Parts: sequence; structure tokens; C-alpha cells
Amino acid sequence: MSAYAYSVLAITGINVMLAVSLNMITGFCGQFSLGHAAFYGAGAYAAAFFAAAGSSVPVSLLAGVMVAGALGVIVGFASLRLRHDFLAVTTIGISFLFVGFVRKQPWLGAEMGISRIPSSGLGTQGNALLILACALATIAFSIYVNRSWMGFGFRAVGDDEDTARSIGISVSNYKLVAFTLGTAIAGLAGGLYAYFTQFIVPDSFGFLVSVMLMAMVVIGGTGSTLGVVAAAIILTLLPEIFRFINEYRLLIFGGLLILVMRFAPEGLAGLGRVAVGRAWTR
Amino acid sequence: MDAVNWALEVEAAAIRFGGVQALAGVSFLIAPCEMAGLIGPNGAGKTTLLRIIAGVLSPDSGRVVLSGIDVTRWPTARRVRHGLALTHQIVRPFRSMTVLENVTLAAGHRLTANPFAALTRIARAAQEARAREILAKVGLAGEDSKPVTALPLGHLKRLELARALAVDPSLILLDEPLAGLNHNEAAKLVDLIAGINAGGITTILVEHNLAQVMRVCRRLLVLDQGRIIADAAPHEVMANPAVREAYLGPGREHAAA
Repeated sequence: MSAYAYSVLAITGINVMLAVSLNMITGFCGQFSLGHAAFYGAGAYAAAFFAAAGSSVPVSLLAGVMVAGALGVIVGFASLRLRHDFLAVTTIGISFLFVGFVRKQPWLGAEMGISRIPSSGLGTQGNALLILACALATIAFSIYVNRSWMGFGFRAVGDDEDTARSIGISVSNYKLVAFTLGTAIAGLAGGLYAYFTQFIVPDSFGFLVSVMLMAMVVIGGTGSTLGVVAAAIILTLLPEIFRFINEYRLLIFGGLLILVMRFAPEGLAGLGRVAVGRAWTR
Repeated sequence: MDAVNWALEVEAAAIRFGGVQALAGVSFLIAPCEMAGLIGPNGAGKTTLLRIIAGVLSPDSGRVVLSGIDVTRWPTARRVRHGLALTHQIVRPFRSMTVLENVTLAAGHRLTANPFAALTRIARAAQEARAREILAKVGLAGEDSKPVTALPLGHLKRLELARALAVDPSLILLDEPLAGLNHNEAAKLVDLIAGINAGGITTILVEHNLAQVMRVCRRLLVLDQGRIIADAAPHEVMANPAVREAYLGPGREHAAA
């Protein structure tokens, strides 16, 4: 495989991790977040900062997980007081706040970002395979969570918070856990990205990235891990395969979103179920 | 110290919303296994009182004691884990789930109490078996795999009851379970509730349908303008002039037939 192929593999893996982790927050637990890129960025910056300061790969990655997860707990606390649309607006704020903050911090390289991130020592291939392994682990974890009683509890919270309370579910604990898990995984994706590119700038973690990730979740089918994985892969590869699409990337994402909302609100997962259902009855 | 452990003690509960004293010091005791009706005209404070017992609202003053433990500052979920169950006036099932899933999740209330402990558990067979048992009890056997959106209101009311029973309560609060049902459905549901109470679950029934309440409750509490104005057997309550006045307005007692 060429270096280019590995880089496509790496970016696809990172997007899968990000979309699947956002789906844990939004799809499983019903907490609409348009700030997922901020946690991705927090993880990338924390890992890059530690790596540049001489920490080992595992320590730097762990720092990314911890910083993003800690930020996630804070936003999780905000979610306890806010209902749906207000939470969406707040998380948009988080997205802008993150980029605005990082841009003004000389110790984080300000506008120029962090460029002297040491190599992980794994090489392009090793990095890509590490990302692939982490993406597969994220998918497996997400499927497991959804099948566990924790996932059952998430669904209850996403469906109706008051009813969830009336059967003894501590809604606030579940929301905090969803935010912590989802954002920690985003932080890991950020750390992996920092090691892969060895160069990060604030704009890689802006609001448009958050919107793209939400588009992956919605197009894939909110709540369906495999649907979201499929959407993440398709939406990452499409601009790579058809170069000209890159220019119209936002136009196509926006158009797809509208089509999905109008004709297939359950996304690719819903379409998949319909197809399987038809094959079954034939 | 009282030797009896009351199922529920409400002590001088008071709450004010802006300029309105919604509850002005409400006190009453409910004995274990009792079935009490809570009635009162619109705006009397029934829903407010129910919310305070359920932990949705916190009273400005007063206490709520469940089976001998002061739960006044506890959130709803914790009270539920301590033996309280409640149904909503407007049915609120988990809409993305099937009938069986709705009740199974409630039956797994011990597993879901802690999210991290819940993460380590997958098997649902025991809770599903329990949920089927409860569904059969409330007359929803055979509806297991239906999505809740496909159920008529009468069945949704039963599902609400099934979900409440699945948390293994010692006390169940029913907020207008008969609202929206026709006479036949209401009578059947009340019989079901009476049967559940006879099985040893303390029951508080908040209802507008007086005929049905009178039929099954041996004790009626009447709330008016944030106070308990009567607390006695149904026929005594109905003979009480203060109650007639609250329902019919001053000077109109003779109109009650």
C-alpha cells in the first residue's frame, strides 16, 4: 500500500472513531452535540503538547483522553440543566470557544499550531494500523455498550427523561457517563491524529468538523453503530475518490442531510433494515 | 416514637409559586397496604402534592417520609429505588421500545441503578420473564413485541401500570389513571388497581372519576386550595358540607344530588 493509501486509511479510521463516539452521546443518550470537534481538538492538542515536551506515546495519548474526557464532564454538567435545542446551541459555543481559545495561546502555538510533534516511531504504516485497531475497538465497544444494560439505560434517557427517572434511572449520571465516554474516545482520536500528521492547527477542529461529524451520525442513522460507521467511511472516501467533489464537499453534505431528513429519517441503517426486511419476506 | 412504620408520611408540606400558596401545610399518614383516594377540584394542588411525594418538586417546608426514611431531599430516581412507583397522568412510554422492552427495563431497575455496573451486564432473560409475568397480570399478554406506538390508549394506561409494578414498589402513586378512558375501560382498570392493592402494594389514587374512586377506596383525602379539607371514609366525605362547597361553590350545597 502506498503512503497515500495509508493516510486515507488513517483519516477514515479517525472519522469512524469520532462519528461512533458522537453517536454514543447523541444516538444512544439523546444529547445533541454540535461541539464534538472541540473534544477531538482538545485531545490532539493535549497529546501534541505532551509529546513535544518529551512524553512517551502512551502517556501523550492518555493525556489526550483525559483532557478531552474532563472537558466532556464539564459539558455533561451543562447538559443536566439544558434541554435539547439549548444544548445544541451551547455545544456550538463550545466549538467556537475552543478554536478561539487555542488561537490566542502562544504556548499552544497560537495560529501556527504545534508543528514539532515527535514521531511515534511506528512509521506511516504503523500509525495507520494503530488507528485502524483503535477504530475497530471503538466499534466493538459501541456495539457492546448498546447491548448492555447501560445502553438500555441510555435509550431510556434519550426517549423520555421523566419516565427514566420514574423507573429509578439516575438520568444525570447516565448523561455524564455518555459525555465522558464519547468525548474521551474523541480525545484518543485527536491524539492519534496528532501523531499521524505530526502537525496540528486550530482550524482542523472547528465548527465545520463538528457539523460534518453530526452529518455522519444523522446520515448513518442516529443510534445505529454500523450505520454510522458506513456513513463515516462513505463521507470520508467520497471526496477522495471523486476529487472534484472536494470543491463541493459542503454542498454535497448539506444536500445529503436534507435528503436523509426528508426521505429516510432513520438514515442508512433504516434503509438497510428495509432492504433486509424485503429480502426476508421474499 | 411511633411503633407503626407508615408507608408514607407527609408532614406540613408547603410550597409557594410566586404569589400562589399552592400547598399550605399538608399533613397525612398512609398505612401500609392502604388504598387511599386523593381528590379535589381543579387547581386544588393535587398534582403539586403528587410531585412533592415523587420528588419532582422540593417543598419550601415540611417533610416526606417513605417507610420511615426521610426522603424530602432525595431525587425521584432514588425514591423509586426505595420502593416508590408512579404513573404519569398523560401516558409516557419509552417510544422507541417495544411493550416488552418498556417493562423489562423497569424490571431491571437494580441493574440500571449504577451505569458502570450496568455496563458489565448483558443478559436480559430474567427481567424479560418478570416483565412477561407483569404484562400478563395487567392484561397485556400477547402484546409483547408490539411497538408502543401501536397501542390504543386503554392499553397504554395498562402499560404505564405494568412499568410501575416492575420496579417492585411498596407504594404506588397513580396520577389520574382513568383520564380519557370510557366507562367500561375505567371500571376494568380500577378493578385491576384494586387487585394490585390487595396483593400488598400501598396505593394512592389521584382521580377525577369520583364514582370509580368511591367504589374501591376505603379512605378519601380531599384537597382544596392547598389544604386537606376532609380525610375519612368516602360516604362521610361526600356528606361533608365543606367538600360539597369546594366542589360546587358556596351556597350551592342543595344542588348536589
